[in-house]
Amino acid sequence: MPKEAIVRTIGLKKTFLLGKIPLHVLKGIDIEIYRGEYISIMGPSGSGKTTLFNMIGGLDKPTEGKVYIDEVDIAQLDAYELAWLRCRKIGYIFQTFNLIPVMTALENVMLPMIFGGMENDEAMNKAKELLETVGLGERLHHKPFELSGGQQQRVAIARALANDPAIILADEPTGNLDLKTGKEIIHLLKEMNKNKEVSIITATHDLKMLDVSDRVIWIRDGLIERIEDRENLQIKVGEVEGEEAG
Amino acid sequence: MSTQVPEKRKIEKQLVLPLKHAFNMSLRSIKIRFGRSIIVTSSIVLGIAFLMSILSSNAFIAGIIQKGPESLKIALQQNLDEIRTRQAWLVSLSLLVCVVGIVNAMLMAVTERSREIGTMKCLGALDKFIVELFLLESSIQGLAGSIIGVFVGALATLFIYLLRYKGLVWSIFPGQLIIKYSVFSILLGIVISVIGAIYPAYISAKLEPAEAIRREV
Ligand SMILES: Nc1ncnc2c1ncn2[C@@H]1O[C@H](COP(=O)(O)OP(=O)(O)O)[C@@H](O)[C@H]1O
Ligand SMILES: [Mg+2]
Repeated sequence: MPKEAIVRTIGLKKTFLLGKIPLHVLKGIDIEIYRGEYISIMGPSGSGKTTLFNMIGGLDKPTEGKVYIDEVDIAQLDAYELAWLRCRKIGYIFQTFNLIPVMTALENVMLPMIFGGMENDEAMNKAKELLETVGLGERLHHKPFELSGGQQQRVAIARALANDPAIILADEPTGNLDLKTGKEIIHLLKEMNKNKEVSIITATHDLKMLDVSDRVIWIRDGLIERIEDRENLQIKVGEVEGEEAG
Repeated sequence: MSTQVPEKRKIEKQLVLPLKHAFNMSLRSIKIRFGRSIIVTSSIVLGIAFLMSILSSNAFIAGIIQKGPESLKIALQQNLDEIRTRQAWLVSLSLLVCVVGIVNAMLMAVTERSREIGTMKCLGALDKFIVELFLLESSIQGLAGSIIGVFVGALATLFIYLLRYKGLVWSIFPGQLIIKYSVFSILLGIVISVIGAIYPAYISAKLEPAEAIRREV
């Protein structure tokens, strides 16, 4: 079976203007991500991971270059189609969880389904199921501030999965979590990746992610430094850790 | 381009925010940020109370002119036009101040909730949903504020007229007119709240999701 590219970027560039001074954050990124892959985008803070993530997720427009999601050039989509893409095709997870504070865990997970036109009861059942899957069956009616960071991130994962997206984009999903909770979240993501056949793209500098990734894309200063397969990765982990520490 | 979009997608492509949910979300936003809601609502209460006090005072005067004793009629009719013009100015000014207050408070709400707005957009919210939520929230506050304002304004005026004209007030009581003015004031209060929320709602709807989420509050 030929590999199917779910995400493809071609010559992706992003420049921010700080006053009159241009800041070239992405300087030409070409990547192809296949259906069902677990990809980590690794790079030091400020290397442009979030910016790349925003381009891929249709949350911001590139200065130059193209993003294809499922072979559709997202620059060609109108506002409605773009919102639809965000609703149905992509699930987003953030470092700061970003749950809607006035809503319970259950309502947070229901929201994308409601936007997507699902009936209330159906959405509620599915949201309950998803929350059970992420281990929060007992916390359906808690508000975000009543949940720990790890629990909030679990709600966010359930919410990202709500409309059975093809892709989950997770920007530093473990960035605000302690070591143990971070590991749990990583393994939960991996489990979803396997069971639900959703492609996962995480932007991170958390080396714990290396274990579960199919491929790792290293970026530095807005350029791809190297792309490594899982097999080659094993050998290098030690070396990388040394590099990072030093 | 359209050839690249599978047919199936075109059909099931729909994004909705049912009114029930929108209403629910607006109510909760008002509740959870009660402090700011009070500021918006009380500015409407004041504006509408002032309007209503003037309207009901006019109603009482009209009642006295119609049914009251001859001596009072002449006294009241003398500077009526001049007084009315001055009143119109005052009311307009107070309502304008009221709108400015709402715009201000709502703009604060946009800043405060920037990340929430960005997140909703990531979940598939159209710009229109965001506008809807803001306008709904503002009209709920407008409704609540105007109802309170109408009571405050009408009761205060009644009290003043009772002090001045005693029992006469009851014999000329312009019930119908007061009801008419109340309804008018409440509607106007809602309209004003919506007008005050339009610009902030537009600003928030136009936020790019990436930018909205990046903002630290
Ligand atoms: N909207 C923006 N305006 C100006 N500069 C930005 C903006 N977004 C990101 N940057 C800058 O781009 C660089 C890369 O940021 P980011 O993509 O967030 O990196 P990372 O996620 O890898 O830490 C940083 O120097 C950051 O300050
Ligand atoms: Mg980042």
